[in-house]
Amino acid sequence: MTVFSFYLFAISVITGGLFTVISRNPVHSVLWLILSFLSAAGLFVLLGAEFVAMLLVIVYVGAVAVLFLFVVMMLDVDFAELKAEMARYMPLALLIGLVILMQFVMAFGAWEQSAAAESLRANAIDPARFNTEALGLLLYDRYFLLFQLAGLILLVAMIGAIVLTLRHRKDVKRQDVVAQMMRDPAKAMELRDVKSGQGL
Amino acid sequence: MADFFYNTYLGIGLLTVGQVLLLVVPLLLALAFLMYADRKIWAAVMMRRGPNVVGVFGLLQSFADFLKYIVKEVVVPAGADKGVFFLAPMISFVMAMIAWAVIPFNEGWILSDINVAILYVFAVSSLEVYGVIMGGWASNSKYPFLGSLRSAAQMISYEVSIGLIIIGVILSTGSMNFSSIVAAQDGDWGLFNWYFLPHFPMLILFFISALAETNRPPFDLPEAESELVAGYQVEYSSTPFLLFMIGELVAVVLMCALVSLMFFGGWLSPVPFLPDGFFWMFIKMLMVFFMFAMVKAITPRYRYDQLMRLGWKVFLPFSLFWVVFVAFAAKFDWFWGIYARWTVGG
Repeated sequence: MTVFSFYLFAISVITGGLFTVISRNPVHSVLWLILSFLSAAGLFVLLGAEFVAMLLVIVYVGAVAVLFLFVVMMLDVDFAELKAEMARYMPLALLIGLVILMQFVMAFGAWEQSAAAESLRANAIDPARFNTEALGLLLYDRYFLLFQLAGLILLVAMIGAIVLTLRHRKDVKRQDVVAQMMRDPAKAMELRDVKSGQGL
Repeated sequence: MADFFYNTYLGIGLLTVGQVLLLVVPLLLALAFLMYADRKIWAAVMMRRGPNVVGVFGLLQSFADFLKYIVKEVVVPAGADKGVFFLAPMISFVMAMIAWAVIPFNEGWILSDINVAILYVFAVSSLEVYGVIMGGWASNSKYPFLGSLRSAAQMISYEVSIGLIIIGVILSTGSMNFSSIVAAQDGDWGLFNWYFLPHFPMLILFFISALAETNRPPFDLPEAESELVAGYQVEYSSTPFLLFMIGELVAVVLMCALVSLMFFGGWLSPVPFLPDGFFWMFIKMLMVFFMFAMVKAITPRYRYDQLMRLGWKVFLPFSLFWVVFVAFAAKFDWFWGIYARWTVGG
């Protein structure tokens, strides 16, 4: 059953990835990408990494891909122009792909694993602990500094994005919430006592 | 016989299908009457009579509606993207249904007792937005598209605060399993042990965020009929529309179940001398559903900028502060340890 599920999810990931690239419609591409993400989450579940799987679904499918879809839906893409561009850059893309493929082959061909790493990989998680607990202990204990640094980098990126896009427009009317709430109800509306069951 | 059901693939498959049917059929039946209750409550607040023709007191109205929906013709707009157009209501319906797999109704009455249950529900409910977005886009029409854009922004905004509220509950329990969350609310004082007391502000925030997350009034901007006709549902008819409607209502009932499990002790009895059981879970879900229906009847619709302001400038900072507060309170045993409930059951 596990093997069957693995092949199901694996094929699904690859199909999703393939159609992400070859779909003619960018919205379809994003939808295929989502299928790919979901299948990858399935693979994580098969590995016993349930927490990572759920985070993948929540963060990537639930938030990032929604924003992708949001942006792509609004784009007015000219397919013919896109196709012409693609044909022009095809040799370059093929070259880069080939280089990366060769790098992978060389890296994995010369891969040597120490016995310690092997045993660590075989028993990465103490079976008595839940997956989430084990991850938490690693992140907040052994790799605490790295975890905080990653958070800091994300914060900088977030502030950067806000600074780049925020502009104060003077010509837009905005509601002042405090002023609105401080309004005197007596001047704004009339209160009447309504008998129950009768209405006005 | 037992050997067949527990050890062969076919047996396990049949057993699972049986369990799923045991959950889904009562759920959908209950849904028919909940839809009726929703309309009756709404009507009572407005001093109308509501559905009262089909069956005694109109009790069979939902079944009549159901029949009408499935025998009508399916109309597909000429410019629609057909695949996505039909995929959208199915996603909306399926995502609403599969979340129930991890919801317990009583001690051990659960389809799949996984460790990350609450995260699973959160993940699945964050996927529901796809039904709305895809439906709006695939209709290839202006109102549905505007509706789906609104809904994308709205659901993402309120998901953030729902996530933080859930983290507060997880911190108090020390587990993400629903059975543990309920067990951690057990104690000698009945209902005073439940999370709604220590996490009271979050109960209100969660309820409001749940309204926004399920597109219920006063946050039904994606389908605001005065502005967008019916938002993303405009081009849908017949069974696809029915799927959208059921999916939306199932999501609402799911939120009712979440509120009862996370804040009102699930199947625990409110007073120590009465036995715990499914009855209490049922009553609590009904009470939360009543609140949902009342809110629909008595609140005016929010404006879009008000909605965004509430989500990002009020709920997000407050729930973020609450997570930090609960973390400190649980770690240092403030307030007689009511925030550190893992010592009780979790």
